[in-house]
Amino acid sequence: MNSELPSIIESLIFTAESALPVDRLCELLGEFERDQIKLALAELVAHYQERAGGFDLVEVAGGWQFRTRPVFHGYITRHIKTRMSKFSQSALETLAIIAYRQPITRAEVEHLRGVDCGGVLKTLLEKHLVRILGKKDIPGRPLIYGTSKEFLEVFGLKDLKSLPTLKEIQALDAVPQYERQEELQLEPDKVIQVENQLPLE
Amino acid sequence: MTAEAHHHREEHLPLLDGFHEQYSVHLDKFDGPMDLLLHLIKKNELDICDISIAVITRQYLEFIKLMKELNLEVAGDFLVMAATLLQIKSRQLLPRDDQEEPEEEEADPRAELVRRLLEYQQYKEAGMVIGARALLGREVFARTESEPILKAAQNVEGPLEVSLFELVDAFRVLLQRIPVESFHDVAPGDSLSIADCINEILSLLQEQDTVQFDELVRDELTRERVIVTFLAILELCRLKLIRIFQGSEFGQIWFVPAVAKDSAEVDLP
Repeated sequence: MNSELPSIIESLIFTAESALPVDRLCELLGEFERDQIKLALAELVAHYQERAGGFDLVEVAGGWQFRTRPVFHGYITRHIKTRMSKFSQSALETLAIIAYRQPITRAEVEHLRGVDCGGVLKTLLEKHLVRILGKKDIPGRPLIYGTSKEFLEVFGLKDLKSLPTLKEIQALDAVPQYERQEELQLEPDKVIQVENQLPLE
Repeated sequence: MTAEAHHHREEHLPLLDGFHEQYSVHLDKFDGPMDLLLHLIKKNELDICDISIAVITRQYLEFIKLMKELNLEVAGDFLVMAATLLQIKSRQLLPRDDQEEPEEEEADPRAELVRRLLEYQQYKEAGMVIGARALLGREVFARTESEPILKAAQNVEGPLEVSLFELVDAFRVLLQRIPVESFHDVAPGDSLSIADCINEILSLLQEQDTVQFDELVRDELTRERVIVTFLAILELCRLKLIRIFQGSEFGQIWFVPAVAKDSAEVDLP
């Protein structure tokens, strides 16, 4: 294998404006095999992890990107103004429902939350975290919503499958008709972290 | 205030006193009836699958009453849930009519509510999990993110394409600037047609390569003018005669001809 390949990929990702997908890398580096490229990427990732510096090479929204480590955000924000504010509980709930249940209509979101979601939905649309996927083929043709690429980027997710997951709904006899989402395991440390703050038995 | 209302108010005064200390903190915390129910269940240390509807309903209704006492607007959603709770309770109280409906579905009238509560709890939890992640632009920064020099350079080089959403927003801003008309024009004089407006924009684009959104309505800032211009632009966009750009976020919106200058002459309907 070309020993320069990791460096070539590194330079491409470094100069890319947004996360660089593997497909794009393969397209740009036609002289290399896809497997070689993936191997070199893995090598790079390992390199940055080992180095444990100010940033990492991470996969977000289907592409590769350099991102700073969260621990240093206090220093970074000394010279970079952040525009992002914390999300409200209703925004997060609505986002979670849309993320797990997409494609979903506003009525379905509201049924799950038991509350009007027009305002929250509008804000999420304006922040480009949620997008309109189309119209549902039922009477009234309601709009259907899904999460956007920006959602993955902001929350640092590789893809929708890497969302931390819901626990199995055990005691339920009826599964809603739009329940089709594949269930994934939560990362163990995350479960603990969250359950500490939750009113759960 | 009527005497009746006054009496009503006095009656609840002791309750109100306690309210300020006990509940005021929680008021904006509840995100809806489901959230409130979950809170009550937790507070009473109940098993979500085996809730005492009587206890929960009483406390739920008390809460709504207190909201009303404080003249807070009780959202309809809260009332819907109150009705649901009462319906469940009344169904529990009624003897089951075995003869009429031997169906076994929903032996427990609470089942549907429990299912919804569990489901809601799950998403509330999921929301907290994703909310706990390090967010881009807050805890995590990408190399290309927030690079003022690069961003400025981008603005000079080439404009960004805008979505319909942003276009509508720009118009909303414009509409807000229009002074409120103090009288109604019953018989408007020469009203501006969309076709006229389209021609105007096209001829403007003949003279200059780019046209600013503001330019189009600067001379005549009326509601009618702005709306006709908006429709004209949408039509031009549909006909693929112009392209719409925005230099930066919340920046000016620009139009450029979608085709070369010479071929811009197109017969309009």
